[in-house]
Amino acid sequence: MSGQSPEIDTAKINTAVAQATPMAPADDTPLLRIEGVSKKFGSFRAVDRLSLDIKAGEFFALLGPSGCGKTTLLRMLAGFETPDEGRVLLGGRDIAPVLPHERPVNMMFQNYALFPHLSVRDNIAFGLKRAGMARAAIDTRVGEMVALVKLDGLEKRRPDQLSGGQKQRVALARSLARRPKVLLLDEPLAALDKKLRESTQLELMELQRRLGMTFIVVTHDQEEAMTMANRIGVMDAGRLEQVATPRDLYEAPASRWVAEFVGDVNLFDGEVTSHAHHRLTIATGDAGNIVVAEHRQMATGTAVSVAIRPEKVKLWHQGPASDAGNPQAVNRLAGVVADVSYLGGSTVYKVKLDSGAVVRSSMANTTRLDIHSYGVGQRVVAWFTPDDGVVLER
Amino acid sequence: MSTRRIFAQPARYAAIAPYLWMVLFFLVPFGFVLKISLSQTAIAQPPYVPVFDFSEGWIAIKAAFAQLSFDNFRLLISDSLYISSYLRSVVVAVTSTLILLLIGYPIAYGMARLPQRWQPIAMMLVIVPFWTSFLIRIYAWINILQHDGLLNKILLALHLVSSPVVWLSTDSAMYLGIVYSYLPFMILPLYATLSKMDPSLLEAASDLGSSPLQAFWLVTFPLSLPGVGAGALLCFIPIIGEFVIPDLLAGSGSMMIGQTLWLEFFTNKDWPVAAAAAVALLVLLVPPLLLYDRLQRRTLEGAK
Repeated sequence: MSGQSPEIDTAKINTAVAQATPMAPADDTPLLRIEGVSKKFGSFRAVDRLSLDIKAGEFFALLGPSGCGKTTLLRMLAGFETPDEGRVLLGGRDIAPVLPHERPVNMMFQNYALFPHLSVRDNIAFGLKRAGMARAAIDTRVGEMVALVKLDGLEKRRPDQLSGGQKQRVALARSLARRPKVLLLDEPLAALDKKLRESTQLELMELQRRLGMTFIVVTHDQEEAMTMANRIGVMDAGRLEQVATPRDLYEAPASRWVAEFVGDVNLFDGEVTSHAHHRLTIATGDAGNIVVAEHRQMATGTAVSVAIRPEKVKLWHQGPASDAGNPQAVNRLAGVVADVSYLGGSTVYKVKLDSGAVVRSSMANTTRLDIHSYGVGQRVVAWFTPDDGVVLER
Repeated sequence: MSTRRIFAQPARYAAIAPYLWMVLFFLVPFGFVLKISLSQTAIAQPPYVPVFDFSEGWIAIKAAFAQLSFDNFRLLISDSLYISSYLRSVVVAVTSTLILLLIGYPIAYGMARLPQRWQPIAMMLVIVPFWTSFLIRIYAWINILQHDGLLNKILLALHLVSSPVVWLSTDSAMYLGIVYSYLPFMILPLYATLSKMDPSLLEAASDLGSSPLQAFWLVTFPLSLPGVGAGALLCFIPIIGEFVIPDLLAGSGSMMIGQTLWLEFFTNKDWPVAAAAAVALLVLLVPPLLLYDRLQRRTLEGAK
């Protein structure tokens, strides 16, 4: 690392962030429109005046901690809960009076809810029979579904004769069989082990792209949401904190809460002392003056937090370097390495600043040999560019 | 190795206990009954011959053995009294079990859908009649059903009937008594299966286009069949041998096998025929018992 002078083309990154919008369909009337929907359980507002538009063909993820209301919202879309306020429009039509069994929406349940007394085939055919499909057509469709989720040869098995991954596939096939306009997935991968979860994420994405169906997935796993979804709605306490692409969510969080919930982050509280040439100077208690690129006008004295992702914080061996040494290294924080966690692909250093605050830096292990590492007790400078910090109003 | 042995020994003894119980309180008495059923009635004490006297030596015992015969069983088949009692027992047991199912299923279903905190209370209410003696409860029914009983008084007061109706000593009264007495045995196993059922299965059925009624017939009912089987057999088996209820509430026109047995044993003092009838009843009950056992085993395997 020493002697290296990382050059970062900030302009390129900014355009990249801006361009990373999902492959949105041309038609801009939303398939699903949620308008000011609330759901109360007693005095508790599980969903609080929430509005959201979802376009046809989107893979949308509702992400949030448990109890944030994401499952309640999904259940309202399925028709298992009735909103206390607001409207849900599907293709422009209010679906509030439509009973769950008449909605062109299907749900994949978290525990799969497979019918234990029916075979794989009969589970998949269940919804088709209710729709009054002809026998031959049902057989064809079941065959398609079985092939789609790669369950060939297991049609006659009962759910208790299947592995967790196979059950998940049956549940998916059953919910897809009726070709719903919207497929709701409630924590679809939560019951699978890590390896299977990762491969299934990719399969779900591939399936959604192939079928061109709208998927709404509820998850508490941010990595899962980031991997699969075009857009993510982050929920907390019944409200949407931010709706954005995975990249924007991570690189441009809208609030301190989102910054902390999605990924790891260093946060410094302070107030704006000057604003010039789209650069804010923020006086922080823990890290002195920090300069951050910011287009918004902010009055001097505004209380803000500066968020910096650990992988944007780089370390230097030597003591304070000058601006001349690396013009990008505007923000330099001197401290001592307090803790080193080797994670394989990267190493996370905890640097105790002279102010007493701790900054986390995550560095990719790009070489196999241990030449760029830092030891506990070593004096270092943690630095980051103005573009790497995000200003969040407090 | 040594620790295993320490734990293994008491466990092995404990495993013997149910077999010991079976031998002492079922097989040995059944052996006596079987022996009596093969004997002949006699005016003596005990009222049958032969009597094994082990003090008289081997030859006497062999002679006694030679006297045993299947005459009593032949009588059971040839005399229509026994066959009609058996048939009546089966008809009463089947009819009662069906009525019990029709009444018990909705009650159990309702209980399983009560809010969680009300369920133990509902369960208590189902069990609470057991706190009063069974016989007293049947006598209470006699009181209610008799000529100037509570039921007739109410019907007369409401002008639903112009003169008292004969309830007592009818089949209706007997069915009422049986259904009343056995209802908890039907409700409890049904409630056990229905309350265990995953509510998300019904949501899935609804999500896949089933109306609530379809969801019941396609999901709830098939999944409750083990409970239906357990409840039905738990009622059917004891009802077949029922004596007290038909004796106190039904007319004297036709008898169930339990009543016939009682008559032979106490009134006619014909122990051998009574014993033969009891053995035959047991043989009659074995198929449903085996069926119950199989159902239970399947439920246990399904739960794994």
